[in-house]
Amino acid sequence: MTVTDHSRATADTAHSHGLGTPTPDASRADRPTSFEVSDFTVPGGREEEWRFSPLKDIKPMLADEATSGHLEWDVPELPAGVTLTDIDVAAARERSVRAPGDRASAVAAAHSGGARVLTIAPNTVLDEPLQISVTGTGQDVRGHLLVEAGESSEATVIFERKGTATYSEFVSVDLAQNAGLNLVLLQLWDADAVHAGEIVARLGRDSRLRGSVVTLGGKSVRLNTSAAFAGEGARVDLFGLYFADSGQHQEHQLFVDHAVPRCTSRVTYKGALAGKTARTVWIGDVLIRKEAEETDTYELNRNLVLTDGARADSVPNLEIETGEIAGAGHASATGRFDDEQMFYLRSRGISEAEARKLVVRGFFADLVQEIGVASVEQSLMKAIELELEHVNEELAETEA
Amino acid sequence: MSTLEIKNLHASVDTPEGTKQILKGVNLTINSGETHAIMGPNGSGKSTLAYAIAGHPKYDITEGSVFLDGEDVLEMSVDERAKAGLFLAMQYPVEVPGVSVSNFLRTAKTAIDGEAPKLRTWVKEVKGSMEDLRMDASFAERNVNEGFSGGEKKRHEILQMELLSPKIAVLDETDSGLDVDALRIVSEGVNRVKENTGLGVMLITHYTRILRYIKPDFVHVFVNGQVAEEGGPELAERLEAEGYDRYLVEA
Repeated sequence: MTVTDHSRATADTAHSHGLGTPTPDASRADRPTSFEVSDFTVPGGREEEWRFSPLKDIKPMLADEATSGHLEWDVPELPAGVTLTDIDVAAARERSVRAPGDRASAVAAAHSGGARVLTIAPNTVLDEPLQISVTGTGQDVRGHLLVEAGESSEATVIFERKGTATYSEFVSVDLAQNAGLNLVLLQLWDADAVHAGEIVARLGRDSRLRGSVVTLGGKSVRLNTSAAFAGEGARVDLFGLYFADSGQHQEHQLFVDHAVPRCTSRVTYKGALAGKTARTVWIGDVLIRKEAEETDTYELNRNLVLTDGARADSVPNLEIETGEIAGAGHASATGRFDDEQMFYLRSRGISEAEARKLVVRGFFADLVQEIGVASVEQSLMKAIELELEHVNEELAETEA
Repeated sequence: MSTLEIKNLHASVDTPEGTKQILKGVNLTINSGETHAIMGPNGSGKSTLAYAIAGHPKYDITEGSVFLDGEDVLEMSVDERAKAGLFLAMQYPVEVPGVSVSNFLRTAKTAIDGEAPKLRTWVKEVKGSMEDLRMDASFAERNVNEGFSGGEKKRHEILQMELLSPKIAVLDETDSGLDVDALRIVSEGVNRVKENTGLGVMLITHYTRILRYIKPDFVHVFVNGQVAEEGGPELAERLEAEGYDRYLVEA
């Protein structure tokens, strides 16, 4: 078990510790953003933000050219105060909270063929979660999506992605003053899907974003989520749950930008890995700028490695430019499946397969509850059970 | 009537310095209703004996046999041993994050019995046992051993023992680190289970104090991986007065 815990990281100097080489930008804030694809060179794999990524899979998404594919959207009847509209590429640029931060998402925005905007009108309160499903039909697809939560609105929005595609996207999430948004992105792709996405959120004064990412399916999934505070008193909670089998690469990068005072951020990502070539990457960057006094932040990543050969990378980075903060910490731990836990449970008559289920369910239980949508919680626990059955089968085969 | 029969048991463990023989021919027979105290200095192999019986993968059995009512225990997996009626109360119970005590107990009971317990009687049974062990009802909703005090962990072990109704229980230093109040509660629990179910007990301990609360029928002094001396309760009194020095000098 490797553990990093700097719960009380000192605040007097910039504080950053990742794996180091190659030398990243001096500050996470220095990374360029642009809608011009040509502003980003094609990554070679040594760049800080790409060095863990499966570039072979992502390569088609880096070409500055249009594709003809699209995803099938399944949109329920929209409640009052909610609209879904199509806008052209130029308008989408204008309305996005910021420009893309890497080449894949710049390509996605440039060649989306137009963006979709989900708008929640000011003061709209949705009692029920709004679930939109998009299904890939094996095509090469670029996409640009905007979610705009109006002032004092309150909504839960779930985007479920399934089927298969080579899909790249740029997602802009805009929370106006005092808006509350629970945004859930479910990656339930078929086994051969490749998905690269950048999600950028801007939080207005007193707004609250709960952003949950669940990645179970797909061959390669790389999601890069950024949240930036634009007004005081806002709070972001970013949750992530992933489960990688053999042949799957699941990468989640996060960046929380505390640019204004008195905001709170919590990042909690947990993953399980099973199978020889299962691979996960988690990079969590938090920047507390000089102006961001009384910031309160904590990020955590835990990985549970169930079988030999699987590899989890976990890189927390905390940059602090002011001493006047309420709290800042991070924790990262990657642990092997615990033999002593197994022995304890089995010594009570519980079979090996059942014991493994108990431990993994337990590992994810609190996180699943945090997502805060009952229907999602149930289907998630079921999906985790399914993953575990595969693991148990695979292990039984190995032992046989 | 059940019998646990340990014959000429040898066990070793792999260490970075090489294979180390820890059990060097243990002979011991425990019948239902009997309490056998296994006493010995630290490092004598008492806990290894407990783990070897329960089937911990760390220990290799190199010679000898363990039979429970004629069934070969050493051929069984860890969970099969529990289902056959063996129970090990651990010295250092392990945390299982995210798994509540009530879920754990129900899962174990279901596994042991081969069917889920009837909900109403089960809830009552759990509640009753917890009250007897002076465990607050909120305990059931806590995660297994997470943040438990030493005394809470040991009470939780005895709670499991009571609910799973084994034939033979091995209590591995259940008394270590307990204050006298906790020791009394835990001992009462063991005595209650013995009385109600005719449990056979192997009580592994370093200290004589617990024997004031749990009366042993037999005392075995364990030194250097073997039983060095056997006797009745009076042997414990002698140990209390003299300590283990006599055996260590001889060894």
